[in-house]
Amino acid sequence: MTTAVKVQLGLAAAMFAAAPWVINAAPYEATMGLVYKIYFFHMPSAWMFLLGAIVAGVASGRFLFGKRQASDATAVAAAELAVVFGLLALVTGPLWARKAWGVWWVWDARLTSSLLVFLIFVAYLLLRRFGGPGADKLSAGLALFGMANVPFIYVSVNYWRTLHPKTSVVPTLPVSMGIPLWFCVFAFLLLFLALLSLRATLERQRARVDALYLSLDEA
Amino acid sequence: MTAFLRVAALVVRKDLTVEVRSLEVVATTLFFAVTVVLIFAFGFVREGLAVEGVAAAILWITVAFSGTLALGRTFERERQADTLRALLLAPADRPAIYAGKLAGMLLLMALVEAVLVPLIGLLFQAPILAAPLRLAALLAAGTLGFAAIGTLFAAMLVRARSRDVLLPVLLYPMTVPVMIAGVRGTAALFQAEPDLDLAQFWTALLVFFDAVFVTLALWTFEPLMTD
Repeated sequence: MTTAVKVQLGLAAAMFAAAPWVINAAPYEATMGLVYKIYFFHMPSAWMFLLGAIVAGVASGRFLFGKRQASDATAVAAAELAVVFGLLALVTGPLWARKAWGVWWVWDARLTSSLLVFLIFVAYLLLRRFGGPGADKLSAGLALFGMANVPFIYVSVNYWRTLHPKTSVVPTLPVSMGIPLWFCVFAFLLLFLALLSLRATLERQRARVDALYLSLDEA
Repeated sequence: MTAFLRVAALVVRKDLTVEVRSLEVVATTLFFAVTVVLIFAFGFVREGLAVEGVAAAILWITVAFSGTLALGRTFERERQADTLRALLLAPADRPAIYAGKLAGMLLLMALVEAVLVPLIGLLFQAPILAAPLRLAALLAAGTLGFAAIGTLFAAMLVRARSRDVLLPVLLYPMTVPVMIAGVRGTAALFQAEPDLDLAQFWTALLVFFDAVFVTLALWTFEPLMTD
């Protein structure tokens, strides 16, 4: 574990410990009251989910076309994080929706497209786990296609249904709500970066051990 | 360009020759498609009449299911005889081989759809002749999008373990835009008063989808199929 990762992890842990007080200090929202405060964890999770998806797609492209072995480890780490944070977003979302909209799930554009991108990354992990030899390359292709698919999923689902608030709400938030929000986004980002570099390092070491085993067999 | 087309045409001819001799994929896929439609009929027909508005969904789900089956079978045949390796060893452009495989797949799926659409018109009282050209355009665009991704994924999964289950697992989330656009567009055409503008919007989206994913597949086929 490098010093940078230790600092990131420590800072993220401190921020998450402080988060309940920061969120508690934010005022109640006019129509939803206390319930909306899940937003402070929901939205950062969703953003980290998207960030993970983008990092995985870009790293896969670099692996596939640039033959950079190191990028493959980054792609795996980012895809796993996309699934973890995607799951967080998909669990906190319905909890909030139940109170705000009265139902657990609606087939709204943003929910549906998040679910689909989440499924693509679950498929990515399944392919990696059960694909056998050569699965690293295949899953890189999948991640690349998944990334190219995001706008199509979004447009098609958008014309299909829409209910979720637009992202443009963020700049219009009052400062008293904005500070806790950005605090949480930053905490999630630190956690994301720390986990990304830890997992990528682990993956690189695993690949190296595999390569050593193979060369030992041949010797 | 001519060399590209020639290689693609040769691959199509090879696949057609193999298929015509055995009819394995065509016969099983056609029968499978008819069975799927019947299963849907038992799910959606009440009092002798189909629930309103299900015809479009049944059509596209059946296309996706039978397409997956055909993709799996086509490449399983290449794997068993190890002929895909021979094909890839041939001194030809890899993208041209992909294009040939895709064209063969499209021919097969067009054949299945030629049986499927009248069958659904017959069993679910869908007005398939209300706007036949637009329906054909929508089907063609949707099938191309599905087959473009499907052919690439099936080809790259040839060497993978548990490929049978992985193909639909990878293919269905990826082709959801095709399903949504196909079902919504077809439903717009199947209404009592066909909504041509809406169908055209979904067809346009599909054409755009096709352009992006055919390009991306041609571009990634080479690195994905190289050991």
